[in-house]
Amino acid sequence: MLATIGVDSVDELFAQIPEPLRLGRPPALPDGMSEAEVFERLAALAAGNEDAERQVCFVGAGMYDHYVPAIVDAITQRSEFLTPYTPYQPEISQGGLQAMFEFQTAMSELTGLPVSNAGLYEGPSSVASAAYLAMAATKRKRFVVSRGLHPHSRETLETYSVGYGAEVVEVGLADGETDPAALAAAVDGETAAVFLQSPNFLGAIERVEELGAAAKEQRALLIVACDPMTLGVLKPPGEQGADIALGEGQPLGNRLDFGGPSFGFFCATEEQIRRMPGRIAGETDDVDGRRGFVLALQTREQHIRREKATHNICTAQALNALGAMIHLAWLGREGFRELGELLVRRTAYARERLGAVDGVELLHDAPVAREFAIRLDAPVDRVLDRCAERGIAAGYPLGREYPEFADGLLVAITERRSRAQIDDLAHALGAAVAAEREGVAA
Amino acid sequence: MALTETPMQAERARTIYEKSKPGRRAAVLPEAEVPETPLAELIPAELLRDEPPRLPEIAEPEIVRHYNRLSRRNFDLDSGFYPLGSCTMKHNPRLNERVAALPGHARLHPAQDPKRAQGALELMWLLQESLAEICGLPHVSLQPSAGSHGELAGLLLTRAYHADRGEERTKVLAPDTSHGTNPASVTMAGFEVVKVATNERGGVEMDDLRAKIDEDPSQVACLMLTNPNTLGLFDENIAEIAALIHAAGGTLYYDGANLNAVMGHSRPGDMGFDIVHVNLHKSFSQPHGGGGPGAGPIAVSERIEPFLPRPQVVRRENNGHGPSFDLDHERPKSIGRLRGFQGNFGVFVRSYAYILSLGGDGLAEASETAVLNANYLKARLAEGRAGERLPVAFDRHCMHEFVLSGKPMKKELGLATLDLAKRLLDFGFHPPTVYFPLLVEEALMIEPTETETKESLDGFAAAIEAILAEAEGDPEIAKQAPYTTPVRRLDEVKATRKPVVRQPL
Repeated sequence: MLATIGVDSVDELFAQIPEPLRLGRPPALPDGMSEAEVFERLAALAAGNEDAERQVCFVGAGMYDHYVPAIVDAITQRSEFLTPYTPYQPEISQGGLQAMFEFQTAMSELTGLPVSNAGLYEGPSSVASAAYLAMAATKRKRFVVSRGLHPHSRETLETYSVGYGAEVVEVGLADGETDPAALAAAVDGETAAVFLQSPNFLGAIERVEELGAAAKEQRALLIVACDPMTLGVLKPPGEQGADIALGEGQPLGNRLDFGGPSFGFFCATEEQIRRMPGRIAGETDDVDGRRGFVLALQTREQHIRREKATHNICTAQALNALGAMIHLAWLGREGFRELGELLVRRTAYARERLGAVDGVELLHDAPVAREFAIRLDAPVDRVLDRCAERGIAAGYPLGREYPEFADGLLVAITERRSRAQIDDLAHALGAAVAAEREGVAA
Repeated sequence: MALTETPMQAERARTIYEKSKPGRRAAVLPEAEVPETPLAELIPAELLRDEPPRLPEIAEPEIVRHYNRLSRRNFDLDSGFYPLGSCTMKHNPRLNERVAALPGHARLHPAQDPKRAQGALELMWLLQESLAEICGLPHVSLQPSAGSHGELAGLLLTRAYHADRGEERTKVLAPDTSHGTNPASVTMAGFEVVKVATNERGGVEMDDLRAKIDEDPSQVACLMLTNPNTLGLFDENIAEIAALIHAAGGTLYYDGANLNAVMGHSRPGDMGFDIVHVNLHKSFSQPHGGGGPGAGPIAVSERIEPFLPRPQVVRRENNGHGPSFDLDHERPKSIGRLRGFQGNFGVFVRSYAYILSLGGDGLAEASETAVLNANYLKARLAEGRAGERLPVAFDRHCMHEFVLSGKPMKKELGLATLDLAKRLLDFGFHPPTVYFPLLVEEALMIEPTETETKESLDGFAAAIEAILAEAEGDPEIAKQAPYTTPVRRLDEVKATRKPVVRQPL
């Protein structure tokens, strides 16, 4: 090969790097290892984590311990889905493109909005992406955000808004739900968008349509973050006036993975289609008239439009969106509704059960779907430690992000959390709170 | 060319919704185990949905068949050569999938108390340390989800750095050869793009760079550069470029898309860069998944560190009790979060497994082989018809990729680069990146990677030669290609003019 190139050594090829900029030594990293050794090393690191197989997991806060059916792994691990690049050559990417088209159809059905993209990175950054769209659509630079929006979403929006040169105004909660009067007062003629989340971070199902009226009045976009797993039973954002519905896709077909990779979904009204971020698969024909799929509306995207693109996103989360589509097909129309009902009923049971525990009370009385907030009459971190010793991850502590709920705990339910496990949680919480009150050493 | 429909072509595309039949299903759910209270007694009726979403109704065997059929309509890296320039389509070791799927990784909740997630945090810290060494920069944030997310992070860091010094700078310089994500990120971060020209050696045109800086040095926020650049050439003037930008008070951003050329040989930090993003789905073997997931960690210099996103993974020393790992949220100058939780952890597991497998020497050898393969293929394509019709855009040794121009081919044979690309599909190859970078007419950007054999490179060169020979006889063959793919050339204009983006139900 060197002879064909016309050099004597590979070093000659690196001669274009000026001498002072050459490292001149191997990187200071450990020597390579055999496959067996790497496996053992990674397995040892994995063993240092208390995962949902070792602890009964009642933690949610945007990512949930759902059962991912076996066919999701079997299909997404196929080379043909795992190893291609983004489908820039549609003739040899029909599988991936059609899967995107099917995924878009499913997300459109779930959210009740006609247009879906093929997925973004994850939930909170999708919120910030919607803000960018809202600025382009309204030529305004002010966002009104409910305090019920996921704290990570609010913080991500703040980060991006520095670049956007936009202002973020927060509206507080009243008994767990977005305060309607405060929201109406905050929305003005400079407001680009109103951001709600339903169920909100405290688990409360928001009255999106009523809250959204303020946005409609000022011609601001109504952007609603939602939990896709609740959309088999809850009224979809598209039927409540949302211009954009988006969210974290992890509950659909994706593992917890300590936070990623998952995907963000992003659906909108027809009016916004040419301002959408990310890939969109579209149907078309080939030269012989066969049905086929391509990346549609690419003129929105960075590789064509460069500085005028609707977003900078390139590599997204196609494989994760495929996992979601397979999970949704496996659940099917009836299964998806049944799962939603199961979540609501088990959550109602858990809320009642936990609310009856001495030293535990409900943080709010608003209706909930799959997650709810409680208050503990004992330090939350100490109670969590005591529950962890009994093999239970009892929930998500609210104190860091909601100092006003320093005694708050968010409890999430999935179809994997049995009645017996919920009962165990009630016992564990009761015992932990009692022990803390009595000053018993852990 | 006589057209006989292949069996795959004869099988028309039908979506899963078109295979749906009322009453069919796959999932069996657990029993409720709790009272089956009507939902309207638990949630106000007006907040409930009237009809469930119209998801497909289909049994498991048919779901599996459907997606297996779809998979056969994809070309993939495991099936053949995939020399997409700037995409680094290297082999994806299956070990990495196995370790990422261990329950300790895959079922770990991201909000787990750090003291019960020590293995995950240690892995993240080790990956941070490894990337810092590879990039030659002291600090790393793993949070960005992909290269473009890393770019946005870097520009917001730049903004925060200048603001902290009481400055508001508006301009970001980027070469005309830059990836499209660069200017798109610049706009999202609220800056203005200033294009810098390319010189006859394929590097930054120094006079133009000086002129653009001199217009108003106090407005230069940053220079974004890929090195080696998108022509596959190392910019020999990089030290001087860095000095000019630093003298103007700007930061230097390294687009790490091409890091695969220089791992263990040259480090962006030593070149003078302040911020680097690393595409773990390129150089560090995370599978591309048909368009993600990826991850785009950033490595930064000391002066940028205070502004890194939060939380940051840190190692704490505990007075002789051994180190522990934590998430540091107390970062007062931080730009804040870029996303939820800690980043694409599953990608970190795969990339760390890759780094452990290769080791320091192995990473350096990977880059050597990538450069050797690219130069060999470039030499092979300088022979015969390819050398005549597809000259290399900048005739010097390349790094990990190179760019050919299809201009003579188009002029002499009437064959556009797109035609050549489509004809390659019939030969069982994924085409190179086409029509990029923009400054090369009819560009073909070829990156073979280190995991290809000499035989596969020779096979690709032979296919190009055969297509050019065929076109000398009858250019129409390539102009109508492909013939053997599941569908033939698709009408992309129609898909954009009248977009149909979901299945009507």
